[in-house]
Amino acid sequence: MKKLLVLSMVILFIGVVASCGSNTNSESSTEAGSESTAATTTESGNPSYDPHRGEGKFTSVDLGASLDAAKADLGDQVFQVKCSSCHKLTDEKLVGPGWKGVTARRKPEWIMNFITNTDVMIDKDPELQAQLELCLVRMPNQNLSDEDARNLLEMMRKNDGVK
Amino acid sequence: MKINTKYAQGMAALALLVSVNACKPKDAGSVVSGDAAAKVYVAPGKYDEFYNFVSGGFSGQMAVYGLPSGRLLRVIPVFSVDPEKGWGYSEETKPMLNTSHGEVPWDDLHHISMSQTNGESDGRWAFANANNTPRVARIDLKTFRTAEILELPNSGGNHSSPFITENSEYIVAGTRFSVPPDDKNGDVPINTYKQNFKGTISFISVNKDNGNLDIAFQLQGPGVNFDLSRAGKGNSHGWFFFSTYNTEQANTLLEVNASKRDKDFIMAVNWKKAEELIKAGKGRKQAAKYASNRFDESTHTAKSTIKNEVTVLDIREHPGLVYMIPCPKSPHGCDVDPTGEYIVGSGKLAALIPVFSFTKLQKAIADKAFDGEYDGIPVVKYEAALYGEVKKPGLGPLHTEFDGKGNAYTSMFVSSEVVKWNIKDLKVLDRVATYYSVGHLMIPGGDTKKPNPKYLVAYNKITKDRYLPTGPELSQSAQLYDISGEKMQLLLDFPTIGEPHYAQAVSADLIKNNSTKFFKIEENKHPYVAKGEAATKVVREGKKVHVYMTLMRSHLTPDNIEGIKIGDEVYFHTTNLEQDWDVPHGFAIKGALNAELLVMPGETTTLKWIPDRVGMFPMYCTDFCSALHQEMSGYVRVSPAGSNVPISFSTGTNLPKDDAAGAQAGAVKK
Repeated sequence: MKKLLVLSMVILFIGVVASCGSNTNSESSTEAGSESTAATTTESGNPSYDPHRGEGKFTSVDLGASLDAAKADLGDQVFQVKCSSCHKLTDEKLVGPGWKGVTARRKPEWIMNFITNTDVMIDKDPELQAQLELCLVRMPNQNLSDEDARNLLEMMRKNDGVK
Repeated sequence: MKINTKYAQGMAALALLVSVNACKPKDAGSVVSGDAAAKVYVAPGKYDEFYNFVSGGFSGQMAVYGLPSGRLLRVIPVFSVDPEKGWGYSEETKPMLNTSHGEVPWDDLHHISMSQTNGESDGRWAFANANNTPRVARIDLKTFRTAEILELPNSGGNHSSPFITENSEYIVAGTRFSVPPDDKNGDVPINTYKQNFKGTISFISVNKDNGNLDIAFQLQGPGVNFDLSRAGKGNSHGWFFFSTYNTEQANTLLEVNASKRDKDFIMAVNWKKAEELIKAGKGRKQAAKYASNRFDESTHTAKSTIKNEVTVLDIREHPGLVYMIPCPKSPHGCDVDPTGEYIVGSGKLAALIPVFSFTKLQKAIADKAFDGEYDGIPVVKYEAALYGEVKKPGLGPLHTEFDGKGNAYTSMFVSSEVVKWNIKDLKVLDRVATYYSVGHLMIPGGDTKKPNPKYLVAYNKITKDRYLPTGPELSQSAQLYDISGEKMQLLLDFPTIGEPHYAQAVSADLIKNNSTKFFKIEENKHPYVAKGEAATKVVREGKKVHVYMTLMRSHLTPDNIEGIKIGDEVYFHTTNLEQDWDVPHGFAIKGALNAELLVMPGETTTLKWIPDRVGMFPMYCTDFCSALHQEMSGYVRVSPAGSNVPISFSTGTNLPKDDAAGAQAGAVKK
C-alpha cells in the first residue's frame, strides 16, 4: 500500500514536470528555462541526449578525405568577424578555449550542433557545463547559417593540420 | 476603558470614511469590482494582448505599454535627446533632430497615428507630431526606433496632426498657430493678424514601400487655430475634417477673445479634389526651408536634407475644395465613426455634443444650403449638416472614440468622466468616473473602421491623491476600463511618462513576430564598421582620430590606446559584434560632454570625444553583459599637444616590458 502511494506520487511528479516543460516551448526566450529542467534530468542519466553528437539538426557530417581549401577560406572570414574576439587558434584560452585540436576532441556533428544550437547545448551538455564554470561567459549564439558552420568546421580542420 | 478606546477608534474611522466619501466623486474602492485584478493580471513570462503606444507630451518621447497589464515596455526617443540611448548625441543620430533652425533637442509630442490599410491598423509604422517646432516623425515598428523626422514650413505649431487616411495615403499637419507665410515678411505688427496671418495644413504623403514622408502639398487658408482632425472613411473617404478655434482671429488674451463666437467651425476638406488640382498644375510653388531627416538602417546613420520648396493651394482660389460647418463653442475633438457617416464635434465649452452627417453635408453642398461665407469659404447651415445633438452629456467634452458596435465614448474634462452614448439615438447609456480630468481616451482601433473594443484607456491630466506623494509633481495617470459589457468597469491605474495625449493600441500579433532581434553584421554598411577584431584600428587624420572599435563579451578592442593629444577630436566608432537578441553593449568614457552609447548587436555607433586635459581616461561598457562585464574596460592615454607619443592601440598585448622594470618605475615615482 505504502509502495503504491510512493509510486503514484512519483508518477504525479513526472506528470507535473512534463507539463511544465511542454508549456514553455513556444518562444525562444523561454526555451532556456525549460531546457534547464531537462538538463537536470540529464545528470540522472537522460538517455535522449547524446554527448557525442550533441543536440541540433546535424546527425552526420561528411568530411572529405582531404581539406576543402575554398570552404576553409570562407570559414576563416566568418572566424574573423564572429569568433576571433574570444578564441585563439592555438591551445591558449582567451575568453573561450583555444581551437587547436578541437576536431580531434569533438565529433564534427557535435561541433556543428554546438555552434548553431548554442544555448540548448550549453544547458544540456555536461562537458559544456563544466567549461562554463571555468570561463564564466556563456558562448553567445552568433546566428551562423548552416553554410557558415560547415565552413568554420573546415577552417578548424585546416587549423588542426588537415591537408 | 478598553471598550471605550475601541469605540472611539471606530467612530474616528467612520468619520474619516464619511469625510473621504464627501469630497471625492466616488470612493475608488467601491468602483473597482472584485475581478478587476484577475482581468489585468499577466503572469510572469506571459505577454500582454495589446501594444499601447502613448504620447509622452512634453517629454517629447513615445511610451510603449502592454495592455491589459499597464506595464511599461519601452520608451522610444523621438523629438527629445536621450543620453541613455545616445539619441541625438551619437554622430549617427544627431541629424535626426536637425531643423531649419539648427538642432532642436526637445519637443512636445501630442498625437500618435498608426499606419492603416483598408481602414485598419496594419502595424507597420507609428506617426507622431511635434507641437512646438512643427515636425512629424515616423517610428518603425520593426525596430521600435524613430526612422524619420520631417519639418513643416509655413507653420507655427503642429497640433492638428498626424491624423491619417484609410490607406495611409496622407498624414496631415494643421498649424495650431497661424503665422505669416515663410515667403512673406514676418516682421509685421502682431495686431495685423487678420491681414497677414495664414493657417496652413500640410498633406504629407507616405511611401507605400518604405514609409518615407514628403510634403505633397499645403493648403493655405484663413488665419485660425487648427486643433484636431480626422480623415473620412468608407463613404467619406476622400474628405478630411479639421476642428478650428479662434475664428475670431484674436492675437491676444485668447482665453477671452477667442471664446466670443457662439460657434467656430469644423472645416471639411475634399482632399481628392486637392489631389486633382495639384495634378492639373494648379499648385503654386513657394520658397520655403525645412529639414527632411531619414535614418538609413544599412549604414545605421541618419542624413538631414534641407529642402527649399513646397507646393501650395490657396483655399480661396479653388471653390469646392473646402467648406465650413458651424460647431458650437471652440471645438476640440473632431472624430469620425467607423462607418465614416458621423462626424462628432466636441465643443470644449458646450453643454451638448453635435453629430454631423456626411450624407447631409453632401446634400447641403449640392443644395447650396449656405449661411454666408467665412473668409471666402462657404459656411454650410448648421441644421443642414447636423444629424443630431447629444443633450447634457457632461461638462467639457473633448474627444470621442468608437467601439464599432454603434456606441461612442466621449471624454469629459471638466466633469472627470467617460460617457458612453449611442450614435443612432444619441442617448447616454453609461458614465464612469476618471481620476481626474480626463483628456484623450483610446480604444484599440477606436479611430479605425474596425475597433477591437475590449478595453478603453483614459489619459488623465490631474493625478492628485491617486499615488504615493512624490513632491509637488506626480506622474500623469492612465486608467484602464473593461468595455466588453454594457457597463464600463474600471480595472487599473498606471503612471505614464511626460504627459500622455493621444495614444494608439493594436493587437500584439500585428507587431511582435516582425520585431528585429539584431542587425546582421554582414549587412552593416557603416563607413567606420570593424567587422571583427582584425579590422580594428586607430587612424589619425590631422586633428581627427578615428577609433574603429569592437565590442564583444567581455572586452573592448582596442582597450589600450595611446598617442591621443590635447587638441584632438576623437571619434569612437563602436561595432557590437554580438549576433544574438538583447545583447547590447554600452560605451562610456570619462569626461564625455555628450552621452553614452548603447550599441545594438551588429550595429555601429559613434561617440565624439574631445579630451580636455592630459592624463589617463578610463572607458567601459555600461550595459551589464556577462559575468565579466566589470572587466569590459580600457584606458586612453592623453598627452600634451605637440607630444611625440605615437598612436598605438592593442588588446591583450600591451604588457609590462618586464616585471622588474615595472617595479623600478614604481619605486622611482615614490
